[in-house]
Amino acid sequence: MSEENRKIAFICSKGDLDMAYPALIMGWAALGNGIDVTIFFTFWGLDLITKKRVDKLEIAPVANTSFKFSLMGLPTGNLGIPNIMGILPGMTAFASWFMKKKIEEMDVPPVREYLEMLHDAGAKLYGCKMTVDMFGLKEEDFLPVVDGVVTAGDFMDMTEGAQIVFI
Amino acid sequence: MTALLESVAFNEEGFLLNPNDWTPELAQEIAAQEGIELTDKHWEIINFCREKGLETGAAPTLRQITKGTGISTKELFALFPKGPAKKVAKIAGLGKPEGCV
Repeated sequence: MSEENRKIAFICSKGDLDMAYPALIMGWAALGNGIDVTIFFTFWGLDLITKKRVDKLEIAPVANTSFKFSLMGLPTGNLGIPNIMGILPGMTAFASWFMKKKIEEMDVPPVREYLEMLHDAGAKLYGCKMTVDMFGLKEEDFLPVVDGVVTAGDFMDMTEGAQIVFI
Repeated sequence: MTALLESVAFNEEGFLLNPNDWTPELAQEIAAQEGIELTDKHWEIINFCREKGLETGAAPTLRQITKGTGISTKELFALFPKGPAKKVAKIAGLGKPEGCV
């Protein structure tokens, strides 16, 4: 057994509903196994910790080659949602509603609740200073579970010796 | 290793092989090995996990524990520091939790 505790850090750069979950799920698993967790939210990833956005994350079926009709339990094999259909008004909302339903069926919590669990379990959550400034966001725009807004350099200092996963 | 711990079989990760070998005394000794002294709060969680685990055949996930017992995530991590997912299942004599949440 090594003296130093194992550490893992995630950089969340995407704000799509499907891209929100990898860090949350792996981070939660890490905490459950006694590993220190730090998550750095940058660029579109800031949506995950922004009060106004966190409950409205979406997934667009346009140009998503993995989005198949068979996801809905239809026996359509490899048939995807045609991009021309994906651009119809309401398709992104439908896909997002559908994905959220699937997530709920797996008993996986919504992003807001997941972040609260991670925070309560000891994960450190930070916003990226440069993109926070670029998007004109302020501290009060973020969920209370966020530990602060830090620079990329601060993040490097904080994650010395950690395994870093970029999402 | 105490005589009680030696009298039962564990797998290579330290999980009890046969959940029927489990006794409260054994739980206490496994916990001591993990550096945890069991209090009533710990028992509330262990008993919940035993019940759920024997009913479903799988160790409950952390979220199932917090939802089922009403004990907060914060408290769960304080009671079983450094990785409650594995520790609770070990002490409760159940297999490694398979769920991800």
